[in-house]
Amino acid sequence: MQPLKRLTSRTVVIASTDIDTDQIIPARFLTTTSKEGLGKQLFADWRYQEDGSPKREFVLNRPEARGAQILVAGRNFGCGSSREHAPWALLDYGFRAVISTEIADIFRGNALKNGFLPIVVDEQTSQWLLHQPGTELDIDLEAMRLTLATGASISIALEPFARHCLLNGLDEFAYLRSKLEDIESFEAAHG
Amino acid sequence: MTLRTLFDKVWSAHEVVAETRDTPAVLYVDLHLVHEVTTPQAFSMLRRHGLPVRRPDRTLATMDHSTPTQSAQVFGSVPIKVDAAARQVRQMEENAAEFGIELFDMYDARRGIVHIIGPELGCTQPGMTIVCGDSHTSTHGAFGALAFGIGTTEVGHVFATQALLQRKPKSLAINVEGQLRPGVTAKDLILAIIGQIGVSGGTGYVVEYRGSTVRALSMHERMTVCNMSIEAGARAGMIAPDEVTYEYLRGKPRAPRGQDWEAAEARWRSFVTDPEARFDASIDVDAERIEPMITYGTNPGMVLPISAVVPHKKGDEVFDKAMRYMGFHSGEAMLGKAVNVVFIGSCTNGRLEDLQAAARILKGRKVAPGVHLLIVPGSQQIKRQAETSGLADIFKEAGADWRESGCSMCLGMNGDTVAAGLYSVSTSNRNFEGRQGKGARTLLASPLTAAASAIKGSVADPRELL
Repeated sequence: MQPLKRLTSRTVVIASTDIDTDQIIPARFLTTTSKEGLGKQLFADWRYQEDGSPKREFVLNRPEARGAQILVAGRNFGCGSSREHAPWALLDYGFRAVISTEIADIFRGNALKNGFLPIVVDEQTSQWLLHQPGTELDIDLEAMRLTLATGASISIALEPFARHCLLNGLDEFAYLRSKLEDIESFEAAHG
Repeated sequence: MTLRTLFDKVWSAHEVVAETRDTPAVLYVDLHLVHEVTTPQAFSMLRRHGLPVRRPDRTLATMDHSTPTQSAQVFGSVPIKVDAAARQVRQMEENAAEFGIELFDMYDARRGIVHIIGPELGCTQPGMTIVCGDSHTSTHGAFGALAFGIGTTEVGHVFATQALLQRKPKSLAINVEGQLRPGVTAKDLILAIIGQIGVSGGTGYVVEYRGSTVRALSMHERMTVCNMSIEAGARAGMIAPDEVTYEYLRGKPRAPRGQDWEAAEARWRSFVTDPEARFDASIDVDAERIEPMITYGTNPGMVLPISAVVPHKKGDEVFDKAMRYMGFHSGEAMLGKAVNVVFIGSCTNGRLEDLQAAARILKGRKVAPGVHLLIVPGSQQIKRQAETSGLADIFKEAGADWRESGCSMCLGMNGDTVAAGLYSVSTSNRNFEGRQGKGARTLLASPLTAAASAIKGSVADPRELL
């Protein structure tokens, strides 16, 4: 994995609360056997008409969304199914982070394993971000700060081990495999 | 000695390496359940690293999500309708063969929904850690196991090491007291709980369901409750094992036998919360007040007693969007809303007892004209039991469409979908937009309410037909 120390980008806002992984990528696309190319199916049912043409009013189809790497979403983002296709689709589309007041447990774990940042902020910050679509943000993982275009800056939290892996471009799998001797001893002791 | 919860005990019994401030725990996995949808990329990862599945003996695979339910497609006289699904099924067969994993293939009499067959075979046992690339893995917690859904990267981790990196979640006690009223089921109980705490009320927690109501539930009812823990955001739901659990497991094909059983049961009995042990949070639920429940919106927390009207939520854009999607309005009664499709099945309500409940209503009655009642057993074993016990005849005489087992119309991956704009009363677990098909409008309810609605052709209170 590439190290991720800092992310500076404009935001895209999808203010809905409880955005579930069936919205992020509908189940009918899960018959894929690879991780690639899921970006075009991201938010498919919100993004496309019946005939496959884009719904002009949906934010990802508007020109200002192009190139934005940070998604700002309402409370409880990523609830529902455990499908890792959700962060794969977000990453393949070009997003690198989501900011919400609450992020579902399984989604958060899946996101971090793919170098996608789940950032939880307080209600006040969230409200400000939800009302400033397209604002430029800086996420600094070394300083653990989120800096707004106004210059205001707040501290953010990430699970320390996931942060360590992101900063150093490490894969959690290598660490887990380094514990194989412990796993073998555990098995020997527990039958 | 410190007082510990059931969850604390199962967690610490599987801690290979304890967590520290800087590193998560290494948690041992007793049983890894596998299905065709969330594993292809994990097998690819093993190939890339040149690694085997480390403990095939602790790994069990089935096919359920994208498999057809039409007998002719299952048994091969006609090809699987959805091409990509057919490819995924083939790839599961190839992966299982290549990595030496036991797989219940399309023709296997033991095949079924992953969360139905684990308990049915006696693979699911108290005190175990069980994972699967599926969020409804929480079902197995009904046996006092710590069971939770994982992503595909983690599926690869378990394949390669039989362990996972995990931070210990907090604990939430949900205490339920009182007797459920006639016509009120475990499904209504869990829908009422989700309505009370909300779809993220359990985020960050493992739930233990406790209290006299929970103790009085059968195993299949406990599974229904634990199954939907994830719909409240909780990673897992657990119920301490007791005589009901042991009675269910005794004699199951893969449960311990003879002296092994004695030893196992003695160990299982320790997996209960110590009296006075502290939970990080707790809530109380009054079972006596619960009515048959039905959802009216686009997540399982948007739920009402069946006799209620759609609430008023002025200025709530999320509510307004859900109502536009559902075609509902504040103040409207749920009872009497016309229904097009009724689905009885899924890992939530696809067990034999769920089919028996539906049959109580359907027996001697006919499905309303124009309503498609699809009944999909949770496993091939349940299908056989329903056929030999006469349930399937009751369904067919009522005009229901009786199928082979699978996840089917819960998520519509296999082509069993609800058409756009149509209303479906479903015994499954998610009423998200598009869950049962693009534009489909889902109302979650119990098998009793679903069957009653199929007969009436509209949302119906099952107590009128019992």
